[in-house]
Amino acid sequence: MKRVFPILAILTAVLLTYGLYGALIAAPTEKTMGDVQRIFYYHVPSAWTAFTFFFLNLVASVVYLLRRNPKADALALAAAEVGVVFCTVVLVTGPIWARPVWGIWWTWDLRLTLTLVLWLIYVSYLVLRRFSSSGQTPVLAAVLAIFGALDVPLVYFSIWFFRTQHPQPVIGGGGSIDPRMLHVLLINWAAFSCFAILVCWSRYHLEVLSREVEETQALESLLESGSPR
Amino acid sequence: MSYLYAAYIATWAIHICYLAYLLRRYARLRAQIEELKRER
Amino acid sequence: MSFGIMRATLAKDLRLEWRSKDAINAMLFFALLVVVIFSFSFDPTAEESRRIAGGLIWVAFLFAAIVALNQTWARELRNQVLDAYRVSPAPANSLFLAKALGNFIFVTVLEALMTPLFIVFYNLRALGPAYQLFIVAALGTWALVVNGTFFAAMSLRTRSREIMLPLLLFPITIPALLAMVEATSSILTGEYSARFWMVLLVAYDVVFTMASLFLFELVLQAE
Repeated sequence: MKRVFPILAILTAVLLTYGLYGALIAAPTEKTMGDVQRIFYYHVPSAWTAFTFFFLNLVASVVYLLRRNPKADALALAAAEVGVVFCTVVLVTGPIWARPVWGIWWTWDLRLTLTLVLWLIYVSYLVLRRFSSSGQTPVLAAVLAIFGALDVPLVYFSIWFFRTQHPQPVIGGGGSIDPRMLHVLLINWAAFSCFAILVCWSRYHLEVLSREVEETQALESLLESGSPR
Repeated sequence: MSYLYAAYIATWAIHICYLAYLLRRYARLRAQIEELKRER
Repeated sequence: MSFGIMRATLAKDLRLEWRSKDAINAMLFFALLVVVIFSFSFDPTAEESRRIAGGLIWVAFLFAAIVALNQTWARELRNQVLDAYRVSPAPANSLFLAKALGNFIFVTVLEALMTPLFIVFYNLRALGPAYQLFIVAALGTWALVVNGTFFAAMSLRTRSREIMLPLLLFPITIPALLAMVEATSSILTGEYSARFWMVLLVAYDVVFTMASLFLFELVLQAE
């Protein structure tokens, strides 16, 4: 298992470089938006990655609630942090893309708003984790993750209807995509997915180790205080 | 066009910040492990 | 799910609140503050006020609800009631439901007191079916209160408890808040039908009431 990490790291570096080259140079320039459209190659894969890792957090949280395996909890935490990082990227690149193309920084359209709500939910998840002094923080966090997941379809429908009632400019429109663009998009998606896996794995490993060290420290101090008897 | 570069730079800035955070925590962890080993 | 216990706990909370009027006073203060300050800053025509009143009213009620929610478990925490409850064979969700209903009653009383003020200050007159406003108010208040009571319990042992509750509550209640505000505006302006929003609120209430009842046991044990 330990040998996979460096191999994955090299693969990630290669994919990221190739993806960057594809995004900036190889991909054809978009007709209407021009070169700014190339933000798309970073914006969309980041969104997919963020949502994947939020989903991973949900699965890990449920597994934790059912089995109370601390490793599941560590994975939930790692996945949430990675998800928030990528979600932040989405929320930053989105407005930077929107401004030159559509003239506005923000609009309450479906995708952007859903992303913002997910970001808010998971930031509150991380804050709960950090600030909770209960011994059972993992349980509380897992419950919050489930509530967040239940919320997502409701958010989707509420924004969808809000938009049909109050039509807004569409950001990142739909329509078919040039196969060369699709190719670059997928390369970048693969690159960022591998990158995210590497980061999540590191974070998970860090968390598991931290907990072991804390337990050992607690044990040591217990033994120390117990010995002069 | 500066928007394009701003977006790409922002993306990597965010990732680098998080990686820096991870490295700092690893360093702290290593220090703690060293301390534990010394006490042993 | 024991209704007897629920009723007993609810009665106790209502009686205590009636005697001290702690929560109601604080809630009233905040809601009044919002009404008056917004009334100064806008001097809207009747048409405009109908458009913005939905949002303003729910901001006021939301502040008031947060005040009520923050003190939900304070008494229990001070007197180690939660420990007693944990060891008792009483089902956890009876306690939860009692607390939630208590909060619901407090906030509804507040809304009943504040609504005439809003009507007066903003010259409101509903152009749509006014009876629907009661339905929206009930569904919306329950949405805030059910999740609020649950998250208040989750924030019990966190530092900065007063910040943690709104921080947890706000993202989760976004669809409900949107529905409440949009429904109220639709009814006041009479421009659209509020039916979709009311259905969404019903769905939201059902989903989160069930989730809270189902998961409260875990939260109670986790403190």
